[in-house]
Amino acid sequence: MSRYLMIDFGSTFTKLVAVDRERGEVLGTAMRPTTVATDIRIGYRAAFQDLLADIGTPVVFDRITACSSAAGGLKMCAIGLVEELTVEAAKRVCLGAGAKVDLVFAHHCTKAEIRQIFDKKIDIVLLAGGADGGNAECALHNLKMLGEGGVRVPVVYAGNKDVQDEVAALFARYGLDGHIAENVMPRINQLNVKSARDEIRTIFLKNIIVAKGIKKIEDEIDEVVLPTPEAVLVAAELLSKGYMDEAGLGELCVVDIGGATTDMYSVCHATKRSDVILRGLEEPYAKRTVEGDLGLRWSAPGIVKALSEEEIAWIARDTGIDLRAETDKRFADVSYLPEDEAGETVDRLLSEMCTYKAMSRHAGRMEEVFTPLGMVYNQSGKDLTDVRIVIGTGGPVIRSKWPAAILAKASNVLRDTAELRPAKPDYYIDEDYLMAAMGLYARIDPLGALRIMKQHLRQVH
Amino acid sequence: MKSIVIGVIGADVHAVGNKIIEYTLTNAGYNVVNIGVLSTQEDFIHAAIETDAPLILVSSLYGHGEIDCRGMRAKCIESGIGDVLLYVGGNIVVGKQDFQEVRDRFMKMGFDRVYPPGTPIDEALADIRRDLGE
Repeated sequence: MSRYLMIDFGSTFTKLVAVDRERGEVLGTAMRPTTVATDIRIGYRAAFQDLLADIGTPVVFDRITACSSAAGGLKMCAIGLVEELTVEAAKRVCLGAGAKVDLVFAHHCTKAEIRQIFDKKIDIVLLAGGADGGNAECALHNLKMLGEGGVRVPVVYAGNKDVQDEVAALFARYGLDGHIAENVMPRINQLNVKSARDEIRTIFLKNIIVAKGIKKIEDEIDEVVLPTPEAVLVAAELLSKGYMDEAGLGELCVVDIGGATTDMYSVCHATKRSDVILRGLEEPYAKRTVEGDLGLRWSAPGIVKALSEEEIAWIARDTGIDLRAETDKRFADVSYLPEDEAGETVDRLLSEMCTYKAMSRHAGRMEEVFTPLGMVYNQSGKDLTDVRIVIGTGGPVIRSKWPAAILAKASNVLRDTAELRPAKPDYYIDEDYLMAAMGLYARIDPLGALRIMKQHLRQVH
Repeated sequence: MKSIVIGVIGADVHAVGNKIIEYTLTNAGYNVVNIGVLSTQEDFIHAAIETDAPLILVSSLYGHGEIDCRGMRAKCIESGIGDVLLYVGGNIVVGKQDFQEVRDRFMKMGFDRVYPPGTPIDEALADIRRDLGE
């Protein structure tokens, strides 16, 4: 009998999923509030008791692994040279590693910018700048600024490889916790994610979870292996591609709305058309973006900020909802769960806005250019128009009475032809909240993880 | 190895000459950063900054080169690469204009070398070597 337990330490809830490998099914699930502020083990133990009660019989697990986005998740600062190039590349690496990018700096950093690294309680700094063989002066300047500013958090250098030796010397001179990875943009518009992402993950597991008090849990479980968003990205990619004889679902998007952030994932090629000209940095096949200003509790005021006075007045007139008061209420009490239809309607409205905005920032754009040779299509970002599957996960979607209405906001509801949103997708929900857990389980049994995910997706209309 | 940024500016999709330039300059021993067709002034400048390129070679084949290239030197100065060499060539203007006038106009716009239609890239290559002090 091989049984596995996967845990997702979320910012709000600790979620447990137990799997029986032989039977290829979920044995049970449980959920309790995350207790990282006091002792992360308290919430885990409570959830574990719930889980045993759910399963009904005593059970011994072969392996217990976890992912975490507790205690603010992984907060990163991305530094590059030009905004559209190495800055964007650095940002994408951070996002692919499951981080929240709270600070982004381009060109030469100032003392005030370096101070923000302390103010924002950044966990890791990713320093890029220059293609290989290109500019090195800027990254070296920024590294000196980090050193002179007394930055104590880990710094990953992933810029122009020509100066790696100088970088190593500066790390030593300033006593920085320095790490060197491959250049995130070795050539113009070419994205190189893996090396820097692996370095970030290693640091996350070795240092960050210790600092955040998450490491304690390893007294009771085997190990914490990934930041949660990366686990979801792994799951999304597996679900899309399939594994060996078990077919995947093909191209898909995942919308994950939480209390603090809205994460958007797409697993597909940048374009399938041969008549478009792509511009900008290369797009990853499995791409994640995260919106730190869009979430249903901590970030609820951010949703209102993105609206105009007129739009707020429209909503008040059409629905009778005072959006400002409602979002303030949610911000003040982040564990609030709606008790009546009115409260649920507000959450639905906010979820729809999160989905719409997050997809707007995730999807690519198409520009039609008239040239003497006729009409030319110039695309930036990813073309999601052919994506037929949109999956919703996260409490606000899967517990809502109207998941399809929320997810529909990922499609092109406003018929904006410039935005390359999914045109006519079907909607599914990750009903039992399994995706992060299956991202973890995929490390042990990818085929089993894929089958379980496929079984537990429910189409919604 | 020195980097040279090449590309086709504006709403111009002439890709053939662009490939020939890439081939020739690569064989001549340069790190060619080809940003391709439909490129904006900013695309050229950003690529030059990241690759520390001392030279940007702009192609324009569809006659709108003058509009597309206007203000490019100023943007280079603003972006901190004011001393980058700017070359332009192709069918950079429409109609039968005296090329000396055309050249003067582009020189005034801050271009260092301006090539008339039909110039073989080898001719430009000799200038590149001279201008880059090789």
